Amino acid sequence: MLLSELKKGDEAIIKKINASGAFKNRLSSMGIVEKESVKLEEYSLAKSTMEIKVAESYVALRFQEAKLIEVEKR
Amino acid sequence: MQKLTIALAGQPNVGKSSLINAISSSRLKVGNFSGVTVDKTEVTFKWCDEVSCSNYEMSIIDLPGAYSLSDYTIEEKVAKKFIQSDEYDLIVNVVDATNLQRNLLFTAELLESGKKVVVALNMIDEADKEGIKIDEKLLSEILGVTCIKTSASEKSGIDELKSAIIAAYKNDEYTSKVKYSDHIEEEIAKIVDFFKEKKYQKDISHRILAIKLLKEDSETYKMMHDEPIWIELLPLIRASLEHIYIHSDSKDIEQIFRDEHFAFAKGAKMEAMEISSMRAKNFTQKIDNILINKFLGIPIFLFLMWGLFQLTFTLGAIPVDMIDEFFTSIGVASKGVFGEGVLGSLIGDGIVPGVGAVVMFLPNIIILFIGIALLETTGYMSRVAFLLDGFFHRFGLHGKSFIPLVTGFGCSVPAYMAARTLKNEQERLITLFIIGFMSCGARLPVYVLFVGAFFSQENAGSILFLIYITGALFGLVAAKVLKIFVFKGENEPFVMEMPKYRLPSLKLIWHTVYSQAKSYLKKAGTFILAASMLVWFASNYPKDEALTSQYQVQIEHAANPEIEIELQNELKKISLENSYLGKTGHALEPFFRPLGFDWKMSVAIGTGLAAKEVVVSTMGVLYSLGEDVTEEDQGLMEKIKTEIPFASAISFIVFVMIYLPCLAASMVFVREAGSWKYLWYLFLFTTTTAWIMSFLVYRAVLIL
Repeated sequence: MLLSELKKGDEAIIKKINASGAFKNRLSSMGIVEKESVKLEEYSLAKSTMEIKVAESYVALRFQEAKLIEVEKR
Repeated sequence: MQKLTIALAGQPNVGKSSLINAISSSRLKVGNFSGVTVDKTEVTFKWCDEVSCSNYEMSIIDLPGAYSLSDYTIEEKVAKKFIQSDEYDLIVNVVDATNLQRNLLFTAELLESGKKVVVALNMIDEADKEGIKIDEKLLSEILGVTCIKTSASEKSGIDELKSAIIAAYKNDEYTSKVKYSDHIEEEIAKIVDFFKEKKYQKDISHRILAIKLLKEDSETYKMMHDEPIWIELLPLIRASLEHIYIHSDSKDIEQIFRDEHFAFAKGAKMEAMEISSMRAKNFTQKIDNILINKFLGIPIFLFLMWGLFQLTFTLGAIPVDMIDEFFTSIGVASKGVFGEGVLGSLIGDGIVPGVGAVVMFLPNIIILFIGIALLETTGYMSRVAFLLDGFFHRFGLHGKSFIPLVTGFGCSVPAYMAARTLKNEQERLITLFIIGFMSCGARLPVYVLFVGAFFSQENAGSILFLIYITGALFGLVAAKVLKIFVFKGENEPFVMEMPKYRLPSLKLIWHTVYSQAKSYLKKAGTFILAASMLVWFASNYPKDEALTSQYQVQIEHAANPEIEIELQNELKKISLENSYLGKTGHALEPFFRPLGFDWKMSVAIGTGLAAKEVVVSTMGVLYSLGEDVTEEDQGLMEKIKTEIPFASAISFIVFVMIYLPCLAASMVFVREAGSWKYLWYLFLFTTTTAWIMSFLVYRAVLIL
């Protein structure tokens, strides 16, 4: 499933990141890499942005970009 | 005296600037929101080893916060360029002890540079509170460089850090390296062995050269291409890369090394860090449950902003009266000292009311700046960016545009610079174009004057809020228009850290607000002073001696005091209309007539191009009856109330809200946008919008 399909409070493992170049690098430097676990903390009203927890960091990203990240729910 | 230069590097929000303050214990401005200024701080201290003591002079280069050494943002470009240069002796890597894994990812990149690195495990006090235990001895072993626990807020570990820096500096054997997976280490060893066999000498170490070649660093390839060794080296590299590809099951060498860094960082964390108590929720999460709640988040934000403007108006009004009285008395006193002649008039009618009108708003501005500084330093800005991104995105903006836009409520100059955090050129230009719609502190005097004149004291704060919000909404619509017609193209992805909430130290807030208030006063003392003199001159000259003497005769023969005053006022009115300023105003009038402006208002708009504060000081001079007039002065407010119709006043507010920001801001705009043509576009864009909106509002109010 996709990161964008998680519900609030769900935890999952990142399986694949369908991005490349600068954007993928940015995700990595934020700690969003394959095999890491993420938790969906909150999303905004219109489901446009979400806040996730990876390791000890909290990161905000758009649903649009979350669709590029494949996860497996724990 | 020994000199050493230190590059202070770290990810954003790790307390770098506070640490500099703690090391240098000097008073310097912390927090560089423009993000590209590379600040330099000099510290001198004495350091002793077993043998002797010597004095050190340390220059600390504060690099902008970077998540990685990439070209993703301007901050990161600046940091990367500096780290790759030879302009320093040693890197101090500041690490957030509460967020070890992600921070160590950056540390890995720094270690790879081969420079001497000392790691400061900062905010160790917070880590303690969160139950995070770090074994810094073990971590030092794993990383191969000294790690020191520090806390800038509790000023602990600072001396140890200094000692570690000196020890590393003096130790020639002290090097840093990243340990890769065995299969990569093998390939590195092969290439290093080859260099050794060939007795190849280069100013960087064999290992680093080998890593750079394996990472396909283009600069290194260019450099090596001209070396005789190249022919033999090439097949070796090709074979090594093949081996790495097979092992990693990927040909993306950048990604392979990134994974290596990640494994290194994660491994280091797993070994050296322990979470003793599992706290269910920390402070930040508790607050975020409310502040970024999908239903409560935006209302709370709006309420906070409303509260800020309410405070700006009500709390700010208290000292304003005192400042007003002070300047009134100076105006009167100066006329007493310098007489009623030209000099007395210049000082009492020109300089004092002009400058006073601007200084008077200092309390309002300080409150607004404190509010903005709090927003910036507590970490709340990122939350708002998160909440608003969905909304902003629809208007062609980015959630991060919010930061320069809010800064724009204070002053457009830092706001234009803050827009540098936007990576995407289109989004950055759109943001630059609409920053002017966020009413800056300098427009506040105009609003306070008009709102005070036309609305009751109870409603004033809310009306003020309404003005700011309307401006912001205009800005959004303008952004959409620009997005559709001018700046089309791809959007920047939104990936943003949500930093922990931190209460900024009073010192930090004080420095930020103090420096901004100082520059405001400085402007009042220089620019506004000159402008006031100019306005005074243009409104008093050319003098029509014949007309004046003719009136003087009439005044002397006046039947009673009332007629005398009336005649005096008439003389002033005619002189003013015949002055340079009056003529300019009359020339401008046809353009502004459809908006309901009289010639005085037209002049004020014109002088306002120099600085928005001048709008008020111009009106002060133009509507004055000779005595000191300032906005809080009942005289000017009353005068405005009687001379300016309600509809014209509203239309005037709208125009001031939208049209071109001041001269200084326009210059910064040109620099940030990168071309003079954009200023011309901005002028056309804002003036047209301002004119049309004012026209519509004026007509609408007239009908109502």
